[in-house]
Amino acid sequence: MFSFLLKRLALVVPTFLGITLLVFSLIRLLPGDPVEALSGERGMTPERYARLLHEFGLDRPLWLQYLDYLWKALHGDLGFSTITHEPVFHEFITLFPATVELSMTGLLLALVIGLPAGILAALKRNTALDYTVMGASLTGYSMPIFWWGLLLILLFSVTLGWTPVSGRIAIQYDIPAVTGFMLVDSLLSSDTGAFKSALSHLILPSIALGTIPLAVIARMTRSSMLEVLREDYVRTARAKGASTLRVVGVHALRNALIPVVTTIGLQVSTLLAGAILTETIFAWPGIGKWLVEAIHRRDYPAVQGGILMSATVIIGVNLIVDLLYGVINPRIRHH
Amino acid sequence: MAEIAIQNQAPPSPAIELWREFRRNRGAIIGLVIIVLLVLTALFADVIAPYSPTEQYRDATLRAPSLEPVGGHRFVLGTDPVGRDMLSRLIHGTRLSLVIGLVSVGLSLSGGVLLGLVAGFFRGGAIEYTIMRLMDIMLALPSLLLAVAVVAILGPGLVNAMYAIAIVMLPHFVRLTRAAVMGELAKDYVVASRLSGAGTARLMFDTVLPNCAAPLIVQSTLEFSAAILDAAALGFLGYGAQPPTPEWGSMLASAQEFIQSAWWVVTFPGLAILITVLAFNLMGDGLRDALDPKLKR
Repeated sequence: MFSFLLKRLALVVPTFLGITLLVFSLIRLLPGDPVEALSGERGMTPERYARLLHEFGLDRPLWLQYLDYLWKALHGDLGFSTITHEPVFHEFITLFPATVELSMTGLLLALVIGLPAGILAALKRNTALDYTVMGASLTGYSMPIFWWGLLLILLFSVTLGWTPVSGRIAIQYDIPAVTGFMLVDSLLSSDTGAFKSALSHLILPSIALGTIPLAVIARMTRSSMLEVLREDYVRTARAKGASTLRVVGVHALRNALIPVVTTIGLQVSTLLAGAILTETIFAWPGIGKWLVEAIHRRDYPAVQGGILMSATVIIGVNLIVDLLYGVINPRIRHH
Repeated sequence: MAEIAIQNQAPPSPAIELWREFRRNRGAIIGLVIIVLLVLTALFADVIAPYSPTEQYRDATLRAPSLEPVGGHRFVLGTDPVGRDMLSRLIHGTRLSLVIGLVSVGLSLSGGVLLGLVAGFFRGGAIEYTIMRLMDIMLALPSLLLAVAVVAILGPGLVNAMYAIAIVMLPHFVRLTRAAVMGELAKDYVVASRLSGAGTARLMFDTVLPNCAAPLIVQSTLEFSAAILDAAALGFLGYGAQPPTPEWGSMLASAQEFIQSAWWVVTFPGLAILITVLAFNLMGDGLRDALDPKLKR
């Protein structure tokens, strides 16, 4: 297990370094520099321009800027936003819980509906139920989620008036940030109105964000389950007289879930990409919306830091999933 | 003469066999029919569309869908905020979406196959390591974020959006090609070809590549739908096609603020995206089942 861990880590380090290099050069290629963006329409004297360029350290050789960037990044120093002048790391950490909260509820929704739907579809193969589940999942998989989000708003917020259109909580509640998760914080504040408000704000974006993972998980669970149900040990269990519930729940499910775990890990990237769109539609104050705005404003340090942090999160989660995979499926360790 | 007699008893050609297998999948046939209709719509957009996609009927802004003529015009799917006919814009948008899919998948496929072949043939070396780590890096970034970043560098617009999408899809094709090549290289026919003196280039493109075609065709179909989705998302964020281009994603972006008052400007462009993407996914699934029974889900 230890050598397996080392092997995985040996792949992760160059990937991480590559990402820092990519992010660093990506931003240097953007047209215009942050000093120009700062000056806006008014223009600025050449002296002031040179001074600001020096202040941001943009007048040094590129490789020096990169090494400096890498050294600081490893110490959690991602520089200051050129727009808000806040430390980028601090901005990211402040907004990140909002994205995690949204992604987690989206993923939870996907699992709670996707797993049973996939299992049922596999058990009732080639029935109307199977076709319905597979049709719905293919539709979900093909859904442009920004449109799906707008449709949800159109139906539940505009027509029915059940849920708010945007934000995390109604404006009259001032909830102190303890965990950064609005649901938890509003519960801690022991104001039931605040909790209800937070929940009603969360529900539509979660559905929008959870739809694609839901479709993928349902499909994956079904195909994995079908494969396992054909195995000899399932037939043996049936022959022994075990009930269907026991055969499925005890013998088949555990093995069927192994590839599903990997699928769930891969959804983290999907969730972060989806968060960009979902947060933009629902004005959800998370890192997706923040990153798109930062790119728009040419806020170099914020874009660099944000992309680096998101990539780190994805690499980290994939590493954990890989290791978990090694634990639940010992065969993989020896490859 | 004897040869003809033998040919009559020969097994059906691969294409016919593929079609027979494909035909059995009802979903795949539905997908194919929709795609054919979409292609026809795209080709004959100028003939089918009742009005110009960019002409503004200023006295008929935000008209609800109706068969009743308004001032001598009939806007079946209503008009947008500046009075353009929704139906005509949607029809012309089909052309854009299919071109986006075709160009970005074409670019990504050719680049990916080339890199994948190289990585698969020169295993264990610095070349393979560099290519594969580079792909890992690209896969570690959320695809849409990478696409937005690339478009931000190149400048917003439809053509740059296609490049960005091609770049984002590249790792999938590289990995798939490399895996397929590795599987083929161990087989006897490749060894035989190598022994009879075939050079690396010949082995790559003439011997191995045709045998890797099946998974690549399936992947291309599925990536086609991903490309259309990503292009629409970029258009929606303002990084793709620019107004007044009738691209479905950017149509949605400009319709967003009218969600309270005009459901049709929000509903139809998204529906068009969904139907198109769904059709390619259906066909991709059908092709996969027909081409590679091992992968059958």
